[in-house]
Amino acid sequence: MIEVQSLTKRYGDVLAVDNISFSIKKGEVVGLLGPNGAGKSTTLKILTTFLPASSGQVSLNGFDVFTHSLQVRQSIGYLPESCPLYTDMEVKSYLNFCAEARGLVGAAKVSAISRVLGDCGLTKVSYRVIAHLSKGFRQRVGLAQALLHNPSILILDEPTSGLDPNQIRDILQLIHNLGAEKTVIHSTHILSEVEKTSNRVLIINQGKIVGQGEPRVLMEQGQGQVIHATIKGDQAQGSLSQLPFVSSVQLIRELEPQLAQYAIQINQAGKGAPDIFQLCVQQGYTLHELRTETASLEDVFAKLTQNVSPNVSTEGTSV
Amino acid sequence: MKNIWVVAKKELISYLTSPVGYVFMIFFTLVSNGFFLILQDFFRQGQLNMRGYFGVLPWIFLFFVPAITMRLWSEEKKLGTVELLLTLPLTDGQVILGKFCASLIFLLITLSCSFTLPISLLIMGSPDVGVIVGSYIGTALMGAAYLSIGLYFSSKTDNQVIAFIYSLVAIFVLLLVGIIPSYINQLGPLVYICEYLSLLTHFNNIARGVIDSRDVLYYLSIIVLFLFLNRKNIEARKWR
Repeated sequence: MIEVQSLTKRYGDVLAVDNISFSIKKGEVVGLLGPNGAGKSTTLKILTTFLPASSGQVSLNGFDVFTHSLQVRQSIGYLPESCPLYTDMEVKSYLNFCAEARGLVGAAKVSAISRVLGDCGLTKVSYRVIAHLSKGFRQRVGLAQALLHNPSILILDEPTSGLDPNQIRDILQLIHNLGAEKTVIHSTHILSEVEKTSNRVLIINQGKIVGQGEPRVLMEQGQGQVIHATIKGDQAQGSLSQLPFVSSVQLIRELEPQLAQYAIQINQAGKGAPDIFQLCVQQGYTLHELRTETASLEDVFAKLTQNVSPNVSTEGTSV
Repeated sequence: MKNIWVVAKKELISYLTSPVGYVFMIFFTLVSNGFFLILQDFFRQGQLNMRGYFGVLPWIFLFFVPAITMRLWSEEKKLGTVELLLTLPLTDGQVILGKFCASLIFLLITLSCSFTLPISLLIMGSPDVGVIVGSYIGTALMGAAYLSIGLYFSSKTDNQVIAFIYSLVAIFVLLLVGIIPSYINQLGPLVYICEYLSLLTHFNNIARGVIDSRDVLYYLSIIVLFLFLNRKNIEARKWR
């Protein structure tokens, strides 16, 4: 569906995308993650034929983005970063323009417009001028435009930036639903979004892919588990840190003499809260609280993007 | 062809749905009629022609036409909509021609607001209709050449004011080369070349009522040249 091979993009001396390769299969929802300036938007601009690659091959649906630009553009829906719109137009006339530009005419055009108005919850504002709409509605207009021609590939560049939590949830739900029949790439720097929507994550940093895989797998490959425990007992910290599967015990705060909250880092799979409980029983400690926290995608992300030498697969192969 | 019209229609909607478009038309009509009727004292001259009207149009267009074209590309660049527009399945050429056609249609609508003048002339007596029609055609050609220059400079920047100034200066230079060299004695035959390059000399020919293929060809080549440069400029992002 989408094939990217050793893609490199330079802006003058600045290397924005550095020899990345990946492929995306039909029906996958892929989250493109990375800090600001990592090369996400540049990659998407190349995929949508707006910019040419400095070197490398990119093809969508078998069409090369450089030589068969028009065919590629027919089959994609694109929401550019920060959702640019013709703000002086009404929602409906804007969609009408996009539909006609995509070659839709007559009844097909009318039904496509009313379909996306309905899908994106825009029916009520269809005769409003875009400049007078809230950010959330504008984002939906951008999305409606991308869906008009029922494209097989959707490319969304930071579709949730600047939205409030409810709007973000709606958009993510929409992306998730679209993933059932379309190939979707969406870029973001907010990790929890990817956990909700994507089958697969590509993490980009400084123009390179530093990690990829299912969100769950990536999280497990990350820091492992952290257990938060509040324990009453003499030398609890000492005996905890002597356990073989514990790599560190951090005292978070002392609540009263002998009663303290700890963050316990577990470095062995299959060990966790029950073992801490066992220890407390053996030592006669009183357990006030015991809570397991899986390392979040945030931790994985921080680890991968701050430390450039990656410890997850750097190979540009499909996972 | 259909795609060109799709783009043109979108641009025309922007021109004609905002009050700015109508203010522009009214202002143009007031200024051009004011020049003709009041400053040139049409009613006391006792001549039933529109020569004075068309005589000032190159200079009025100098300020009005860049105002029509300045936003066409620069606003797209500033808002980021250029990314949307150029990832629609339209070729660069179709987009450029669409924008050009829209601005030309808008200019022709504006120009047609001066229809009261020829009608008044016809009521007052029998002016030379051929000259008036010829002058309108010449004005349309000259306006189209101005538009293509303005459209090109709009694609050079994301700032409307800068686009306006660039186009104004470029058109001003192309007008002046028809006037200044004839005052300089040492230039010799260069004067003819300079005059040939000027937007003004060709307009004066047509405004006299003579539609010469050389003048028409001159305007068409200016239009094609700047639309071509425009296309190169939009394509430049694709060079690698």
